[in-house]
Amino acid sequence: MKMNGGQALMKALENEGVSILFGLPGGAILPVYDPLLDSSIRHVLVRHEQGAGHMAEGYAHATGQPGVAMVTSGPAATNIVTPLCDAYMDSIPMVVVTGQVPYAAIGTDAFQECDTTGITMAVTKHNYLVTEAADIPQVIHDAFHIATTGRPGPVLVDIPKDIVDPNNPRSAMEWRTPKDHDLPGYSPNLHGDPEQIRHAAKLICAAERPVLYTGGGILKARAAEALLELAELTSIHVVTTLMNRGGFPDEHPLGLGMPGMHGNYTAVTAMQEADLLIALGARFDDRVTGKVDGFAPLAKVIHVDIDSAELGKVRRPDIAIQGDCRVVIEELVEVLKAEGGVESQPDRSQWRSRISGWQERFPLTYEQSQPGELLKPQYVLEKLRDSTPDDTIVASGVGQHQMWTSQYWKFNHPYTWVNSGGLGTMGFAIPAAIGAKAGKPDRMIWAVDGDGCFQMTAQELVTATTEGFPIKVALINNSYLGMVRQWQEMFYEERYSEVYLDRDVPDYKKWAEALGCVGIRVDSPEEVEPAIVKANEVDDRPVVVEFRCEAEENVLPMVPAGKTNSEVVVDPSQQDLPR
Amino acid sequence: MNSQSSRYRGAETTTLVVHVENKAGVLARVAGLFARRGFNIESLTVAPTDDERFSRLTIVVGVSSAPMEQVVKQLDKLVNVVEIQELNPIASIERELMMATVRAEPEIRGQILDLVRIFQATVLNVGHDEIMVSLTGSLSRIDDFEDLLRPYGIVDVQRTGKVALPKLTKNVSEQLA
Ligand SMILES: Cc1ncc(C[n+]2csc(CCOP(=O)(O)OP(=O)(O)O)c2C)c(N)n1
Ligand SMILES: [Mg+2]
Repeated sequence: MKMNGGQALMKALENEGVSILFGLPGGAILPVYDPLLDSSIRHVLVRHEQGAGHMAEGYAHATGQPGVAMVTSGPAATNIVTPLCDAYMDSIPMVVVTGQVPYAAIGTDAFQECDTTGITMAVTKHNYLVTEAADIPQVIHDAFHIATTGRPGPVLVDIPKDIVDPNNPRSAMEWRTPKDHDLPGYSPNLHGDPEQIRHAAKLICAAERPVLYTGGGILKARAAEALLELAELTSIHVVTTLMNRGGFPDEHPLGLGMPGMHGNYTAVTAMQEADLLIALGARFDDRVTGKVDGFAPLAKVIHVDIDSAELGKVRRPDIAIQGDCRVVIEELVEVLKAEGGVESQPDRSQWRSRISGWQERFPLTYEQSQPGELLKPQYVLEKLRDSTPDDTIVASGVGQHQMWTSQYWKFNHPYTWVNSGGLGTMGFAIPAAIGAKAGKPDRMIWAVDGDGCFQMTAQELVTATTEGFPIKVALINNSYLGMVRQWQEMFYEERYSEVYLDRDVPDYKKWAEALGCVGIRVDSPEEVEPAIVKANEVDDRPVVVEFRCEAEENVLPMVPAGKTNSEVVVDPSQQDLPR
Repeated sequence: MNSQSSRYRGAETTTLVVHVENKAGVLARVAGLFARRGFNIESLTVAPTDDERFSRLTIVVGVSSAPMEQVVKQLDKLVNVVEIQELNPIASIERELMMATVRAEPEIRGQILDLVRIFQATVLNVGHDEIMVSLTGSLSRIDDFEDLLRPYGIVDVQRTGKVALPKLTKNVSEQLA
């Protein structure tokens, strides 16, 4: 079939099952926006290209399908670098199409030219500069394959204007549907090595104090059910890292919640005291391990990851298994069943009672506010958790509010937590929540945002209003870049440097209204729940609820940077308890 | 041998032979990966293979900079990287080419020609008071040659970086090196 490159691009995206695109047009990508009008694909017009990228990520987080963004060259391409890096760090399947100056103009410093593939090489799983219109179908087919298989990640496709411009003869082409992939250097392996899996089963059956250390790979591999089966079969407790919140139910008796720098005491300490860590789709990130030399010093390690470069990158495992988390867990479960299933596991009642002792002595805790004082952010999050449906999807920004959300929310379903873990991108919450809503229109979506974060991407609430994505935003206004303020308080002798934002400027309620949202301001504890209930009832536009919160509240527990996890700082009320 | 003399001797290196797809930007991907992961490249050569879809990189990696396992695994993640071989120096034959221009006043030219003969090097060009020579050989032989030329005054020197192939199973040729 004869067509031009722009039409081919649309057709190729349709063939990959793309139903929604987040983007914003401009000179170099203009020709593609014309066939878009005839396409079945819905386009969401963002207000800043960073928004398009985070929306694509939020969509992918919530649905497991690749998120797709399309922007023009130069400044638009650079605006989307942050989401690309974010998706790279958190292994989010995403495809970004960027316009480029005409092929013959590349290298001449043409208007809005930038070396997009050069700039994004380090923050994408792979990228392409397409040079011929005829290559478009194959490149798009390969790009989606790379983004969604193996360890998922972002792929960028840079398309010079001339090969999509119907007025340019270089755009003329003959459509051929690609059959295979043209990727001789790429073939991810899913299955674990059977012998290593048998060894792993042996270690598990011999362990007295095992912990399942589960990371984002569980959600990426859609392995939550398999994990539940493994945990229940072996009665081994599960910690879920920031990237795997929801990958195991918090309210399950074996669920220990989040480990790491701001993890709860039990999750942190169980790993420290364990004699076996079964790391599944986790990468021993510094925010989890604390000082690596002192991390889980007594533990043998079984490490399962789809990316063999993670095996031994930080901690040398005793057993390394390269493979897809779901496939390997299922294979492991089979072996454990053959070994006798529940019967194969030793008596671990002592370990269990140590764990429950920590849980009793060191629950998450905070001091309630006194009448007349500002709100406690933790209180707001508890109320929000309790006043929203169980399957609500929460997206968060980056900072204290993010840690409180992860700590206080009860995640009982996979794909209900949308967050920026590896890169820690302020401003992630609002656009990511919009992307999640686009993917899951029937679900309630709350973005928990900080006042600092809100000011970075609030403009996307216009997108939410005009494109019909009625998300809700819980704005934790503590008038500070709170997480940085906390570090200055704890590690820089309270010398506060450039962290105060202002409590009253901007006027968030008015700002929300100007963006087309319902704006609500909450000052006192008794208003919290009614405001949430009211927000939940709004279904025709976004809502922003500004919670005016205590500025000096700190996130605890905390493992100070450079310290081992055994030196975790707990709430003052728990300081003198026996550990 | 003094410390400044030998470029490779003593520095712990490993040689990787990397088959890559012959696509635009692939060298930048490899170089960028080394840079951002903090791996050291001692030398890197690129050459076509008999299949035009692929090129062959010979990379000499400083092993002190990173565990070789990480280097290989990270390289392997590059979509355009098709195959990686880690060459064991004992089980491979390595060669490098050096060209050097050396000060050679007529009265000492004979001494340099002696060295050329001993090393089975080649004279490429002769000027009034300079001489250009080349030598292909193992890295240590080239190091030795360079060291012996240095006192005469090396005006310019160019080394290609190492290329290597695994040894054949019948191991007879090494003595000829
Ligand atoms: C884009 C970006 N810039 C800077 C930072 C560093 N940083 C981490 S948390 C934080 C403060 C965030 O403030 P706010 O959104 O108000 O959240 P809070 O910590 O007060 O809950 C900053 C500046 C970052 N993570 N991202
Ligand atoms: Mg704040």
